Order: sequence, then C-alpha cells, then structure tokens
Amino acid sequence: MHKRVTFDNKLLPYLLVSPQILVTLVFFFIPAGEAVVYSVFSQDAFGIEINFVGLDNFLFLLNDPHYLRSFGITVFYSVAVAVSALIPALILAVLADGVAKGATVYKTLLIWPYAVAPAVAGVLWVFMFNPAVGIVAQWLRAAGIDWNYKLDGDQAMALVIFAAAWKQISYNFLFFLAGLQAIPKSLIEAAAIDGAGPMRRFFTIILPLLSPTTFFLAVVNMVYAFFDTFGVIHAVTLGGPAGATNILVYKVFNDGFIGLDLGSSSAQSVILLLIVVVLTVVQFRYVERKVQY
Amino acid sequence: MAAVAFSAVRKSYGNNPVIHGVDMQIADGEFIVIVGPSGCGKSTLLRMVAGLEAISAGTIAIGERVVNNLEPKDRDIAMVFQNYALYPHMSVFENMAYGLKIRGFSKSDIEARVKRAADILQLDPYLARRPRELSGGQRQRVAMGRAIVRQPAVFLFDEPLSNLDAKLRVQMRIEIKRLHRELGVTSIYVTHDQIEAMTLADRLVVMNGGRAEQIGPPKEVYERPATTFVATFIGSPAMNLIPARVQAPDLFELAGGLSVRLPAPRGAAAGTDLTFGIRPEHVALADDGAPLTVELAEELGADTIVYGRLDGGQELVVRVPGYLELNIGDRVGIQIDTSKVHLFDKASGQRL
Ligand SMILES: Nc1ncnc2c1ncn2[C@@H]1O[C@H](COP(=O)(O)OP(=O)(O)OP(=O)(O)O)[C@@H](O)[C@H]1O
Ligand SMILES: [Mg+2]
Repeated sequence: MHKRVTFDNKLLPYLLVSPQILVTLVFFFIPAGEAVVYSVFSQDAFGIEINFVGLDNFLFLLNDPHYLRSFGITVFYSVAVAVSALIPALILAVLADGVAKGATVYKTLLIWPYAVAPAVAGVLWVFMFNPAVGIVAQWLRAAGIDWNYKLDGDQAMALVIFAAAWKQISYNFLFFLAGLQAIPKSLIEAAAIDGAGPMRRFFTIILPLLSPTTFFLAVVNMVYAFFDTFGVIHAVTLGGPAGATNILVYKVFNDGFIGLDLGSSSAQSVILLLIVVVLTVVQFRYVERKVQY
Repeated sequence: MAAVAFSAVRKSYGNNPVIHGVDMQIADGEFIVIVGPSGCGKSTLLRMVAGLEAISAGTIAIGERVVNNLEPKDRDIAMVFQNYALYPHMSVFENMAYGLKIRGFSKSDIEARVKRAADILQLDPYLARRPRELSGGQRQRVAMGRAIVRQPAVFLFDEPLSNLDAKLRVQMRIEIKRLHRELGVTSIYVTHDQIEAMTLADRLVVMNGGRAEQIGPPKEVYERPATTFVATFIGSPAMNLIPARVQAPDLFELAGGLSVRLPAPRGAAAGTDLTFGIRPEHVALADDGAPLTVELAEELGADTIVYGRLDGGQELVVRVPGYLELNIGDRVGIQIDTSKVHLFDKASGQRL
C-alpha cells in the first residue's frame, strides 16, 4: 500500500521545491538557453562581431572530420567505460552477496572510491601510470610492454577508460548488490532443486532478473562517461595524444575556452544536450515497460 | 517414488540447536504432514530433506540412498515453496520446463510432460503467461506443476497454501489430495493449519521445539495424544487440561473441587497429582451436572462454544452441538464423558 503525503497548503509544495528549481534554473536552464542562442551565431575571437548564421555551426560540425572522429572516440569510450565499470561491479556484488560475515566492512571499502572526485582519481592514475616515475608503468615495462601513454593513443585511451571506470564501479556495485538482495532466496533454491548449477543459475535466473538494474546502470554510466569524466581527461591526457582521447565534452571546452570558437562550441553542447535527452527518454521508456515482472 | 528414513537427525545453527534428533520412517507413497508452532523447526526439517540445509548429525535416506552429501538436484525431490518461487521472467510453460531442459529431456518429451501437468492442473489457458499475470491460486498451481513434471520420488511442501484466501485454500487442499491419489508420490507437507493437517495426512508429525512429539495417523493423534502439548495443539478449541488428584482407586478430584468417578491409571496411588484432559466436545450440558458460569459463548452456527468457569474457579471450554443462546453470567450444568478422558503425568506431560 502506498501512502500519499498530502499538503493542505497550496503554496507549501512550491516553496519546498523552489530551491531545487532555482538551482536548476541558474545552473542549467540559463546556460543551456545561452548555448542554444550562441549555437546559431558566429562570433569572432574578440567578441566584437556577431553574425546570425542559422544552422551553419551544426552543418559545419557534421562535416568536420575532427568532430566526427571525436564523436566516434566518445561512443567507443563511453561504451568501454560502461562495460569496464559494470562487469567488475557485478562480480564484486555477487561475491559480496555471498559473504555472511563482515559484509558491512567490504561494502564500506568498496564504496569509498565513489567519494573520490574524478580529477583526483585521474591524478592518482597519472601517478601510477606516469611513464617516467609511475609504479605500474615500471611493472608494465618490466613485463615487456612499451608503456608511454603520452605518445601512444591506444594506451592513453585505455588509461582514461580505466581511470573513469574505476570510480564508477562503487556506484554500480551498490545498485547490483541491492538488486541481488532483492531476488528472493527461494528462487535460487528452486533453481538448485530444478538442477541448475551455480553458473547456470547466474546466467538463467540472476542475470535476467538483474537486467532492469543493468540497463539503468548502463545508461547512467554512459551518461557519466559522456559528461562527467571531463576531470579525468583533463588531469590525465588533456585530450591527447593527437586528439586520441578528445571526447566531446573535452572538445567543447577546448574549442570554446582554448580555441575561443564560441559558436561551434555552443553547437557542440547543444548536440550533447540532445544526446542526453535521448538517452534519458530511452531509459524512462524502458524502465516503465520492463522494470516490473 | 521412494521411502524416506530419518535417523537421529539433528540440526544446529552455530551453537544453537534447533532439531534435537528426529527418527521417522516414511513409507513409499505416504502423505506425511508436519505440524507445530512457529519456530519449532518444521521448515528446517523439510529443507534438510531438500538439501537446502546441511544435516548437522544423523542421516536422511531417500529410497536406498543416504542423501546427506548429495546436492538438491541429485536427490530426486521437488519442492513447492510458500511464496511459490516462480521464475518471474519466464512464462508458465518455461517455468515448468526449466528443470526438464536442464536435465536434458528432449523437446517433444518436455512438451508432452508440461502438457500433461497443465491438463491435470487446468493450466492450459495460461501457459504463455508470466507469473505476475496470474492469480494467487493459479500461481500456486504452476508451482505444483513445476513439481510434478519431473515425476520426482518425493514431494516437499512448505506451507504451500498459506498465502491463499480461505475458500481457495479449501479448493487447493482438495486438489492436492486428489493429486496425491492420482500420482501416489511420497509427500512431506508442512503446515500450521490443523484442518489441512487432519484431512491430508496419512500420518501426522506433531513437532514441538525441535522434537517430534508424536507421529501417527490423524485419528490416533486426536484420540490418543501422547503429550499435553499434542493434546492442546491438535483440536480446536484446545483440550481442557485440569490439574487433578487421585482420591481413591476410582475417584479423582479436579481443581475447583469437582469429583469424577474414573478408574485411576495403574500405579497411581491415592494422592498422586496428574493432569486431567477432556476435549470441549466431550463435555455435555446436563441440568443435573456440575454448575458452570458462562463467561463467553461463541455461536458458530453448527456448534456453540461455551467458555465458562466452574464454581471452584477452574476454567472450562464446552462445545455443544447446535445453536444455543447463552448470556454472560448464565449458569448451566455440565457433564464430562468419562470414556473420553485423557490422563497425563503432571511433571512430564506424557500420557498415562
Ligand atoms: N539460517 C538460520 N540461522 C539461524 N537460525 C535459524 C535459521 N533458520 C532458522 N533458524 C531457527 O531455527 C528454528 C526453526 O526454524 P524453522 O524455520 O524451521 O521454523 P518453522 O517451524 O518452519 O516455523 P514457521 O512455522 O514460522 O515457518 C527457529 O528458532 C529459527 O529461529
Ligand atoms: Mg517455516
């Protein structure tokens, strides 16, 4: 039974949500609106001359090989981050779910990385993987790998993927654990009596029952990779080498604040905005349809 | 189909013993019902048969095999859970087919078996549905279907009807009985519903605090309860237990001063204290009987349950057939049917 809280006072609910609305307005709607406006203008580097150009900024982007490359990189990067954050989290959650003693300790430890800011996480990974002084870099070289992510684009990509995913594992872990604990024990027992071994139970019972959680997390992680890993890129690779890790958000920043091409940068943010809207809509649609068995 | 044998079965969770040695032989095809108060270890005992709980000591054998170290899947059992435990992401068909598929049955064989189970349980129209699209009773039947398709040696039921409303419960009870008659599979059924216990069981196991207090056919358990616990647990309203003292070889005095002419059990000398039991249905109203002050009367339609107090202060419950209108404070006379008296040792509670 759902109990609904009702307010007699008509004004109170608005008053209660007003801080949230204010924050959203100031930090989201106003900048987003400005981005939309800027995206249809062209502006010179000094901001002296502004011309209305319609959709030219967008058309230009769609034909710009740099932009398309960055787009491809971003898709790969975000999928890779989502996958590398989901799989270890799921494994850890399954293991933690089976632990009877000291479960709280494990959970607490596993949650900590989430409290680390992306930039700080990036710096941690820079220290470990720095080609000159990083400890992991030394191991890699001892293992015969020519490690230098500052020159090798693939290595740089791998590094930022892991740095970004690492943090997200905690978050996913929490959701997976909650999802696992919501599966009635008797289901697993029934499957065991039906003859399914642990692996089979995992793939035919547990994983399908977790699929709403997995889907939700996949979208959240992709959105995270798209938008919230600016700090990681900025701290680790600055989008390099040679644009190999120049994901869309980083390019927005680069083109806007470094290149001072506000029109193009704004058009890029508008596209990002649209992507996030689409992802969110897909997610809500799916969640509504599928989350309840 | 197979016999099941428990010998000195014990279970402890850590240092906390919950089953204190159960010995029982279940014949092939028998329907055994385990009853007892909450927390007495019924589910634990059943789950040890299923292989879902380790057996701390003793052995359980199904057929010729001791199953202590076998996985649940190798024990040739099927279990129906209280919450049904249907796989929510599979259709009714898939739910029933899951175990068969894993065991490598052929596709046509699976279809035939599921079809047959669906026929028996009238599930045909629902085979394509998901469990959430079924009513409670239908889900219950799917759970039964999943158990019967494999044709296991033993069925285990853990309070399978307790989530259903009263009417459906009666219906499913009859269905389970019919199913057992048709399939003849050895069944162990846990419940705390007395009517289920009395009507379904070939033999009843009354458990208390991790022990089997009495094992026997329902009629015997009802007519010759082995202990005061069984006496009060089976039968509703519960048997009246009244402290009593042997006055002479053929005379008892009950608490509250009532005297009853009855041969004393062997070895009970005058002055022995014991517990005197009489079921409410074995006390009759009689104008010249001992006076009882009515404290509450429940008219159930077919019967009237009279809760009253004897003049000496002893409480007594009487069940009289028919509809009887009584008021609080009315005085009636009662007469005890001395052929239906149960006598128990005062200290141990054992039947004398
Ligand atoms: N996993 C466990 N760990 C520790 N103690 C347990 C565990 N499972 C059950 N117990 C204890 O074992 C005893 C028997 O439990 P069990 O579930 O068998 O009772 P039950 O007779 O089925 O009761 P109910 O009628 O309420 O289902 C209880 O005292 C319970 O607290
Ligand atoms: Mg139980």
